[in-house]
Amino acid sequence: MENCRSCVAIAGADYCVIAADTRMSTGYNILTRDYSKICKLADKCVMASSGFQADVRALQKQLAARHLIYQHQHNKQMSCPAMAQLLSNTLYYKRFFPYYSFNVLGGLDNEGKGCVFTYDAVGSYEKVGYSSQGSGSTLIMPFLDNQLKSPSPLLLPAQDAVTPLVEAEAIDLVKTVFASASERDIYTGDKLELVIINAAGIRREYMELRKD
Amino acid sequence: MQFMASKQPENSLLGPESDSQRTLYPYVTGTSVVALKYKDGILMAADMGAFGFHSRSSSLFFSCFVLEVCCFKRPGSYGSTLRYKSVERMKPIGKHSLLGASGEISDFQEILRYLDELILYDNMWDDGNSLGPKEVHNYLTRVMYNRRNKFNPLWNSLVLGGVKNGQKYLGTVSMIGVNFEDNHVATGFGNHLARPILRQEWHENLSFEDGVRLLEKCMRVLLYRDRSAVNKLQIAKITEDSVTISQPYSLKTYWEFSAFENPAQGAIGSW
Repeated sequence: MENCRSCVAIAGADYCVIAADTRMSTGYNILTRDYSKICKLADKCVMASSGFQADVRALQKQLAARHLIYQHQHNKQMSCPAMAQLLSNTLYYKRFFPYYSFNVLGGLDNEGKGCVFTYDAVGSYEKVGYSSQGSGSTLIMPFLDNQLKSPSPLLLPAQDAVTPLVEAEAIDLVKTVFASASERDIYTGDKLELVIINAAGIRREYMELRKD
Repeated sequence: MQFMASKQPENSLLGPESDSQRTLYPYVTGTSVVALKYKDGILMAADMGAFGFHSRSSSLFFSCFVLEVCCFKRPGSYGSTLRYKSVERMKPIGKHSLLGASGEISDFQEILRYLDELILYDNMWDDGNSLGPKEVHNYLTRVMYNRRNKFNPLWNSLVLGGVKNGQKYLGTVSMIGVNFEDNHVATGFGNHLARPILRQEWHENLSFEDGVRLLEKCMRVLLYRDRSAVNKLQIAKITEDSVTISQPYSLKTYWEFSAFENPAQGAIGSW
């Protein structure tokens, strides 16, 4: 059931980095070393997913269809926070036969500020500054916590969750984090795919990872 | 997809247990399919054996069919009974695609019926358009995933290859709907034994001869090591303009290695 592991997203003041490895496996078996888990949902909104691949594909298709309808009705792209709510509703719609998928959604909000939303399989979600999902998250998340030290959500007045890093630093951090995770997590490896969203648009980067 | 819905019993999830007619285990199974992209298209190989009832080796398919509550009594307590030796597990689909299957043979035949109808309905538009390998693969993906969602999977691993408008396509779907594209794919045991060879030796510009040689190398390893494989296979080729499936033939084998003759020798404490 668990085919895809490890995805990460980091939000900054004017950018968002979303990353995942490209390994797909069943059990100890690698099915393919070049499978993209990152799906562009709108101009400024992408989703990285781990979990059961067939469910993830069905979910991506569902969202793409809903987004097409939205475009016809409103003649614009859906914003990232709107897509975040749609994703939550779509997951919760199948509350009693869930999509076995664990997603992070990243993009820019209406002010052009980076945002990251993190989900469970049934649609609970939270807006955060950075997040990780999948089996690699047990290694990745504490590392990010240590490096990024997000302000407590309990603070009053509420503090902004975006990370203080500049874009290049965030990209470097993501690369380091995946290089580390692929050392210990056997389900993470082969290649890292990064999607960087900023005012200029979307760009993709790749980095080789361990293949064993 | 009326033709599918009509086949489904309405009570598929709610009916009493005794009504259910789900495949719990495959009944007659075929083993690995191996396929790769080569210079002008796709090459695919599969052997022609199909095992009935209890085949011991296949790690994926412990073949025994349980229909509702009553369990078929196995005719032989072990070994493989009921073997079909000329099952064609690769079929052309429409003009641009080639389908290979491992797993339950009857489910494969049902899939072929779905596809026949799909292609027929597509032809009836008579608009000069036709479904390419990408579309057929996507259709198969949806059918497989839909059936797994009903807890009534079609017990196959499918490989779909094809060429349309100069684009080569090679993809696979499992019985629960997991699907992907790659330059080379293999199902079942092939995933363990053939893919490592393919990863090492495959390249973009394989000629037809080199492609066939590479597939034969994979099939030979499978023949030696996968005991549900038989030495009668076909190789299929699909290019922009044609599909050809070879006549069945055998591979040359060599069993005279001393380690084969007395495998237990030197293994202290065994027979």
